Amino acid sequence: MQNSSRKGDRLMKKLLLAMIIALVPGLVMAAPSGKLDSMKPDLYDFESLHNGARLFVNYCMGCHTAEHQRFSRTAEDLGIPQDVIEENLILSPQLAYNDHMLNGLTREDGAAMFGTAPPDLSLITRSHGADYIYSLLRGYYVEEGRPFGVNNTVFADIGMPHPLVHLQGEYELICDPNEVEVKTTDPLKGTVADPRDCFSEVRAGSLSPAEYDQAVYDLTNFMVYVAEPSKYQSDRLGPKVLVFIFVFFIFAYLLKKEYWRDIKH
Amino acid sequence: MGNPNRAKAEKGLMRWIDDRFPATQMWEDHLSKYYAPKNFNFWYFFGSLALLVLVNQIITGIWLTMSYNPSAEGAFASMEYIMRDVEYGWLLRYMHTTGASAFFVVIYLHMLRGMMYGSYQKPRELIWIFGMCLYLALMAEAFMGYMLPWGQMSYWGAQVIISLFAAIPLIGPDLAQWVRGDYLISGITLNRFFALHVVALPIVILGLVVLHIIALHEVGSNNPDGVEIKDNLDENGVPKDGIPFHPYYTVKDLVGVAVFLFVFAIVVFYFPEMGGFFIEHPNFIPADPLTTPDHIAPVWYFTPFYAILRAITFSLFGLEAEFLGVVFMGAAIAILFVLPWLDRSPVRSIRYKGWMSKLALILFCISFVVLGVLGALPSTPIRTVVAQICTAIYFLYFILMPFYTRIEKCKTPPERVTG
Repeated sequence: MQNSSRKGDRLMKKLLLAMIIALVPGLVMAAPSGKLDSMKPDLYDFESLHNGARLFVNYCMGCHTAEHQRFSRTAEDLGIPQDVIEENLILSPQLAYNDHMLNGLTREDGAAMFGTAPPDLSLITRSHGADYIYSLLRGYYVEEGRPFGVNNTVFADIGMPHPLVHLQGEYELICDPNEVEVKTTDPLKGTVADPRDCFSEVRAGSLSPAEYDQAVYDLTNFMVYVAEPSKYQSDRLGPKVLVFIFVFFIFAYLLKKEYWRDIKH
Repeated sequence: MGNPNRAKAEKGLMRWIDDRFPATQMWEDHLSKYYAPKNFNFWYFFGSLALLVLVNQIITGIWLTMSYNPSAEGAFASMEYIMRDVEYGWLLRYMHTTGASAFFVVIYLHMLRGMMYGSYQKPRELIWIFGMCLYLALMAEAFMGYMLPWGQMSYWGAQVIISLFAAIPLIGPDLAQWVRGDYLISGITLNRFFALHVVALPIVILGLVVLHIIALHEVGSNNPDGVEIKDNLDENGVPKDGIPFHPYYTVKDLVGVAVFLFVFAIVVFYFPEMGGFFIEHPNFIPADPLTTPDHIAPVWYFTPFYAILRAITFSLFGLEAEFLGVVFMGAAIAILFVLPWLDRSPVRSIRYKGWMSKLALILFCISFVVLGVLGALPSTPIRTVVAQICTAIYFLYFILMPFYTRIEKCKTPPERVTG
């Protein structure tokens, strides 16, 4: 009797899970549903990366993690002194310099708050692309009726509140930016059509639009770094290996020529 | 002591060894007195390069195994541990992933070489068969290896491929479950694939490589002219158009190795994902049995066969389309095994075959590449039609071969190789 009711419990749980999955398709990580703005990461712009690290820790890590990356690795790669990291970037008293970049939010709590647990961001730019993150953070607009009052142009029905709303301010959408064709400036008529023109300011943030774009660039840039910190090592080692192989090629070629001199065709 | 007819060193340590082990004899048989045709061209680099890539895979694989955790809970994190915390772990991993794709690049070119110059023809049928077994083992090895990072594509790619077994009538579902070891892909599947990937299949592959090379050295290498160099021997019984493999081809292959490594290193250091073709982007998301990716595509080297699978959208002879697709995909690989008996041409090399063989081979190559592209893209009705046409060409190349190779007018090959 007890056994069969437990079975029923499990079935209900499964049904519930299936319903949740069916009802909130926008909450799982979706493929980009709109046009993306493009950004070119620069892993040697350390000022940008430092600012990105600051933004990431302050605005993303409340809910998200970079569970594969250590604070110490970030510090060493980006040239941030240990005491600066410990004072400004390690916000949890339970975490130490050599720990992974974690937070205090459990997956269960995250799922309860947002419908789905906030994903780990260590590799997000490798799975979704830097352009996606850059566009996502620039794509928030006010929409009544959404759980957090916002929606997103590249991630329809997004479950994440706008993390940088205090920096960007609030915008409403007056046309569909995915429908706007990007036109170049016509010097005679002076017309410009840009997807950004669809965003109309409702409430100003602490940053100007240009400053905000730079902040989002820096944040995305940092996330590109976090996704593949070995890029610095491969950039350092690559040229040496290629030069070595090239020199090896020259010797191999001369050796072949010397040996094959006596083979008549 | 030992066999008096064997080549032996005059004296010293080598002589001591030669009295107990045929070291000098083997060196001569396979290198210093193995006579290869002197007219090998560009296409003949890929055999030795395949061996180089195999060594690369084994060595980097051993070191990756030292830090990898083959469990559903720990596999994904251990990959990132290798990428970030293990000294040169990122290099080992990228050499291994790039090596997997490079393996298929060189193997496909190596197979095309064999098809162009008729290297499968009598008396080299067994070399071809062993080679095809190697190709099959390599596909299994690559498929199982791709599951190990336990990303979304690892999981769902394996899900798609293993569910193919389920399409087999009667025994299908049980067979798929037997392969998985579970009702769905799980840590159990991961563990057995790990065992097969790092132990069983490497042993099979190494054994087949030995058989492939022994068979080759028994009958001797073919060449771009398809002329048998053993038909023209000098007074010492050495082929007039043959040169010792060592030093001539060892030094020549070194040049090929250098060029190959240069390209390989550029990919490893600067484009390890190769735009999502060598490492697919969704594979940076941990495997999630509850979230199916929008578009599941196999890695590029499987896409031609995947396209054939998807091209079969119709039922035939009472067989379900799904099962028929599996049959066609299997047949696409199986038919390569009987290639030596389909070619009835009096000549070996494409140089002396008639226009029909040349056209057929060109069409075959085009259809294979087009299928490869289509297999990587989401299917649309038009793409399905194109895939069906290419599938037809792929099979007709083989099915019609006994006819067009017999009726076409061939040129007379030269007596000796032409350089």
